[in-house]
Amino acid sequence: MKTVADRRTKIETGTGAELWLHMYRQMTAIRLFEEQVNELYTRALMPGLAHLYVGEEAVAVGVCEALTPEDYITSTHRGHGHCLAKGAAPDRMFAELLGKEAGYCKGKGGSMHIADPTTGNLGANAIVAGSTGIATGAAFSAKQLGTKQVAVCFFGEGALGQGVLYEVMNLAQLWKLPVIYVCENNFYNEYTHYLETTAGDIQARAAAFGMPAESVDGQDVRAVHAIATRLVERARRGEGPAFLVCNTYRMRGHHVGDINREYYRSKKEEQEWGDRDPIKRLGDWLIKEKHAGAETLHDMESEIRREMEAAVKFAVAAAYPGPEEVDQDVYA
Amino acid sequence: MPEIATKETTREITFAEAVREALAEEMRRDSRVVILGEDVAEAGTPFKVLSGLVEEFGTQRVIDTPISEAGFTGLAVGAAMTGLRPVVDIMFGDFITLTMDQMVNQAAKVHYMSGGKWKVPMVMRTTLGAARRSAAQHSQSLHAWFSHVPGLKVVLPSTPYDAKGLLKTAIRDENPVIFFEDKMMFKMKGPVPLEEYTIPLGVADVKRVGTDITFVATSSMVQVALAAAVMLEEIGISAEVIDPRTTWPLDEKTLVESAKKTSRAIVIDEGYGRYGVTAELAAVIAEGAFFNLDAPVKRLGAMHVPIPFSPPLEDATVPNEQMVFDAARKLCGRS
Repeated sequence: MKTVADRRTKIETGTGAELWLHMYRQMTAIRLFEEQVNELYTRALMPGLAHLYVGEEAVAVGVCEALTPEDYITSTHRGHGHCLAKGAAPDRMFAELLGKEAGYCKGKGGSMHIADPTTGNLGANAIVAGSTGIATGAAFSAKQLGTKQVAVCFFGEGALGQGVLYEVMNLAQLWKLPVIYVCENNFYNEYTHYLETTAGDIQARAAAFGMPAESVDGQDVRAVHAIATRLVERARRGEGPAFLVCNTYRMRGHHVGDINREYYRSKKEEQEWGDRDPIKRLGDWLIKEKHAGAETLHDMESEIRREMEAAVKFAVAAAYPGPEEVDQDVYA
Repeated sequence: MPEIATKETTREITFAEAVREALAEEMRRDSRVVILGEDVAEAGTPFKVLSGLVEEFGTQRVIDTPISEAGFTGLAVGAAMTGLRPVVDIMFGDFITLTMDQMVNQAAKVHYMSGGKWKVPMVMRTTLGAARRSAAQHSQSLHAWFSHVPGLKVVLPSTPYDAKGLLKTAIRDENPVIFFEDKMMFKMKGPVPLEEYTIPLGVADVKRVGTDITFVATSSMVQVALAAAVMLEEIGISAEVIDPRTTWPLDEKTLVESAKKTSRAIVIDEGYGRYGVTAELAAVIAEGAFFNLDAPVKRLGAMHVPIPFSPPLEDATVPNEQMVFDAARKLCGRS
């Protein structure tokens, strides 16, 4: 398997375009995955709801590309992007979203609980800040067992309201654990602007524990990746945890059914953030720097679209778990 | 109870020593076992249950945490998923409220939600039981809460022998196990084999054989039931005492078979009766032994009040042997 380190060597020797094209591909895959999810919901093919990651792709991709396959992540209810960026296969993701046996969790988890040990994914979590302990515990194991793994804890700015986050950040800094707390500030705690829920300064909260607390433009995958790489390598060297705020925007609603959003945010605001689309931004840069032509990017998008359509087809055709599965796996 | 025959193979140790021995043996056996909690290292906990462990295993494995029950319990869940076997110490059972999301929404569900891919082999040790004059926030018996949740196992040892054997099994279990220790029992002595042994979870123990009435008693209430049985013997009533030892997995068969044999049953548990462990165990007996019962199944639990501080008030909230004796006599038509 090609490693992140391989790619970074290439950047340093002047052939880094491969990495940025890879990231463009990953971000586009997440975007097109989510469009299919929305379509499945609209066509009433998907049970329940899903929380789309559209607009935030640069965070998951920029961070996960700084990790090795063995490194850990924990994710959130808005987790499809993290799971894909860490290496999940779209067909098994869709199968899970549809509650099928072929899904990552045999259909028992669904959209909000994708977990996959083979890609270091400790699980998406539907309790806000619910995975902060798990991520910190994975970092604790890594340190205790000397594995050199790093754990990344993704959470939205809504998790800043939960006390357990601060409890585990305190533990992580006391014990110099290799964990990166990645706060995706997408502006909205569900339907409430974060300024109505968050006193003071976000970074200052983490800085108070004595850990590096940084902020980055979450629509710029190159910036996210650069800073994530630095923090991850620092953690891997045993220098402890870090906190990274990625300022981004949830371009869609809280969930697929949240269509009429005027009561909590303006169309103008959505339009402004739409102009800062992270995928378009990287694409424009790739073209400007002559790393890729528009046609290459367009062809890549078409190819991914076909892959996603095939993955959906697989999931729709896949079988539901048999009724005998219902009480299996309660205990190990 | 298994035969613990000779002085050569057993010795008398306290409940606290039994717990400590179980931890020490499992920590020697498996380097992945670590202890996390408040004042667990040099202090050995306020109850001194863990005294000496840090000297043998060091502060890398017997780890003092901040006063952050949710934080270190959550950390233990993640550590258990990724290769360690943490034993977290929650000083008082009342503080499990602070860990509820970590245990109920995380630890209990990880295995099922991931389709069986991630496991959480962790133990939470905590306490139950009133009568220490510690008032309403340090005296509760809240084991029913965890017993209610699929994915968790709940252990309630009532003797030093059971405590050691069950804790060793709990640490080796691949699931989250909550281990409740009665605070009043730490100094209680009992025979414990010198040889290594384990006790499986989900196997009830007949603490006393009898023919006229079955007492199903847990944890702190086992000794109460045994004392009541002695009193009853004097008036010619033979009581059998069954200790389920684990509320989940639950050895329904042993409970039901005993009730079928004696035709009467009283369930005694220090948790609140309302929607509690006594309710569940009574229902199991009623469903399983209905046609053999000569009387309704009776329940005795903690009085439905916050545990009061004042000694005479506190004592009134917990079932005692006189209450069990009176209830049994009445149930046997001897009032």
